[in-house]
Amino acid sequence: MKPIALTYITSLFALIALFSADIQCAERLDKVHFLIPAGPGGGWDGTARGMGEAMLKSGTVSQTSYENLTGGGGGRAIAKLIETAPRQQNTLLINSTPMVVRSLQGIFPQSFRDLKPIASVIADYSCFVVAKDSPIKTFADAAEIFKQDPRKLKAAGGSVKGSTDHFILARALELAGGNPRKLIYVPYDGGGKAMAGILTGESQILSTGLSEALDMARAGEARIIGVTAPQRLTDAPDIPTLIEQGYDLQFANWRGFFAAPGLSDANYENMMLTVSDALSTDAFEAVRKRNGWTLLHHEGSEFYSFLERQEQEISVLMRQLGFLR
Amino acid sequence: MFEGILVGLATVLTIQNLLLVFAGCLAGTLIGMLPGLGPISAIALMIPITYALDPASGMILLAGVYYGAIFGGSTSSILINAPGVAGTVATAFDGYPMARQGKAGKALTIAAYASFAGGTLAAIFLVLLAPYLAELSLGFRSADYFMLMVLGLSLVSAFAAEGEHLKALLMTILGLMLATVGTDLTAGVQRFTFGRMDLIDGISFLLLAMGTFALAEAFMMVLKPSQSANNSLPTTDLGLDRQEIREIAPVVGRSSVLGFLVGVLPGAGATIASFLAYGMERGIASTADKAQFGKGSLKGLAAPESANNAACTGSFVPLLTLGIPGSGTTAILLGALIAYGIQPGPRLYIDQPEIFWSVIVSMYFGNMILLFLNLPLIPYIAKLLTIPRTFLIPLIGFFSLTGVYLVSFNPFDLQLMLYIAVCAVILRLMTFPMAPVLLGFILGGMLEDNLRRAITLSDGNASFLWERPTTLCLLVLTVIALMSPLLRMLMKSALKGFKDKQNASRL
Repeated sequence: MKPIALTYITSLFALIALFSADIQCAERLDKVHFLIPAGPGGGWDGTARGMGEAMLKSGTVSQTSYENLTGGGGGRAIAKLIETAPRQQNTLLINSTPMVVRSLQGIFPQSFRDLKPIASVIADYSCFVVAKDSPIKTFADAAEIFKQDPRKLKAAGGSVKGSTDHFILARALELAGGNPRKLIYVPYDGGGKAMAGILTGESQILSTGLSEALDMARAGEARIIGVTAPQRLTDAPDIPTLIEQGYDLQFANWRGFFAAPGLSDANYENMMLTVSDALSTDAFEAVRKRNGWTLLHHEGSEFYSFLERQEQEISVLMRQLGFLR
Repeated sequence: MFEGILVGLATVLTIQNLLLVFAGCLAGTLIGMLPGLGPISAIALMIPITYALDPASGMILLAGVYYGAIFGGSTSSILINAPGVAGTVATAFDGYPMARQGKAGKALTIAAYASFAGGTLAAIFLVLLAPYLAELSLGFRSADYFMLMVLGLSLVSAFAAEGEHLKALLMTILGLMLATVGTDLTAGVQRFTFGRMDLIDGISFLLLAMGTFALAEAFMMVLKPSQSANNSLPTTDLGLDRQEIREIAPVVGRSSVLGFLVGVLPGAGATIASFLAYGMERGIASTADKAQFGKGSLKGLAAPESANNAACTGSFVPLLTLGIPGSGTTAILLGALIAYGIQPGPRLYIDQPEIFWSVIVSMYFGNMILLFLNLPLIPYIAKLLTIPRTFLIPLIGFFSLTGVYLVSFNPFDLQLMLYIAVCAVILRLMTFPMAPVLLGFILGGMLEDNLRRAITLSDGNASFLWERPTTLCLLVLTVIALMSPLLRMLMKSALKGFKDKQNASRL
């Protein structure tokens, strides 16, 4: 075998070693291991890696590692964290609102109660988007069309039926006096294709996360007609909230971290401290700005009750709208 | 415009940037060669590195990684029949038979040239036509995508051996059935998961491709040693003679145009582009050439390779002109661009032309450096096949198993892959073709989603099938594609009848 071929093969092995090096555990919390229930490149992955970058740059921890574990709509990562809990003393699992939705739907048997909630870190509000030349100017316009003929307001979304994208819009239309069960929701494979759906004119309104919508709306092809934030956002001051338009709908799609069940109190405190330290660094601020995230910091028991509240709200919504029986 | 290109060139052409693109191409090729790690993972892995660089350098590094990963994927398709990403499945159809005939070097050379030509032609189209094509990419609705997938499926006959059409059809249906496993997008209902969490997300493409192609191939090598790669044949035959170049040049041209146009559509992409190009070339080839397809045809290798690369470049049209990411890779690139403070969209071209052009020029450079980097490496890469079979077979097993495991970290996937490989071997021993399974599987998911969207959007009417001119055109094309063997037969007999008549009247 020629030396160059050997080089290739050893490089391959080195790469593989690099990937498998993720599996580790240690006692002190100068290392943090991130468990990401999705493949590289998505929202969870970006948040975990952004957080890790901030921790390293600010010197809060000296070593970070990442493990992408897909499957079961995120359920496999949760199951693994619970099963291997004793070995996961410095593991942080990233998750977000869909975890609450999916436990309610019974997609996976566990819920946040089976884990140790550490802290929420950022929020992504929901928002509604229309094409730039759409006759819909405000959310009231959309609601009016919907009330006249629900078939004239097809709603695009980048996620499956029954997800937050779907029921937040249904709830907003209900608040406007429409029948939420009549909403025709058209799921696309990802936010980009859903955006293309409103630009081609086959659907009239898009319900999606604000950070994703902002990236695309800034190109000038689409308009955001309402966001579910409590007040206008400093990063995007021209987007009207739903509340100021007279629809009392507030909804934050949080992203946050969880630790393994049965974590020692000392480690639990340490982890909360590590996360909150990292959040206040300039390095995190840079990451946050770069991605257009909004800070949403609840920790420990406060995070737990926040989750309970959200679970309550979502289950009421989903039952009303007929997504849960 | 010319000025813009010069500005782009000036930003891009520095020693540092050339080194970066070189490093990017090398890293991309290596990563792409590993089954399971395609352009998406390669770029996602590289993005943190690029934050330390200025935008132009960062983009040029990513461009190198991107094209490198695509080329790397073709390499494993050709050499060990292991298409790691869906876009390179069609490459294996003729690339792997060529490698088995001892023409691995030549196959890799064709792949490199065809990729380069596809990328280059598409980059030219991108520069000249991008603003106009934005319209096209928004002219396609769900109903049209559905018909496009049907057209893709109608090409299944292209993958059937003579007289084996029924078997090919059955395998396509098997692929369509496998595509329904998992959570269904439209209703959010779980189908055929048997209560297993491992199946909620469906069967991964990689698992199926590795099971039916690479692993099954390794088993076949053990079962039927006589049919496997002949190591005694020289692999040094790399160059193309003038005759061969003349043969594939028009193929590359046609496939690039087709690939680019399909790539422009946000809902289609490189995989469909490569299948369509393969089917089209086979459809218009002469009878003698047609028999070569699937057995190591140069055309059959050049077509998907150039279409695949052209489509990748084409997917930059909706990204750069509308800010819409049409594929997983462009979604990641959109994130990277925004992190640099670059907002892709119609205003980018007007407001910040130097960035627009440096993005395009850097994509182009990535493509070019890749050619110069890989041509000298090809003889060494091809030597992989001269490894004795006793090492090669376990090596294929190792790469396919680790490739699947490293993506999901799920032992269940390994079991499933093994079962699939065993079934594939049994089916192959009964001369069932495997390519239609993958064709049905890849197109099946998109076919169903688009069909159900189209039905929802038309409030349950079937009229969406003919209401819009684009859909109707695709429908007509599909009918023609399905009827072509029949039409050809009729024409032949009519022609024969006509000639007979002429002969009779002459007498």
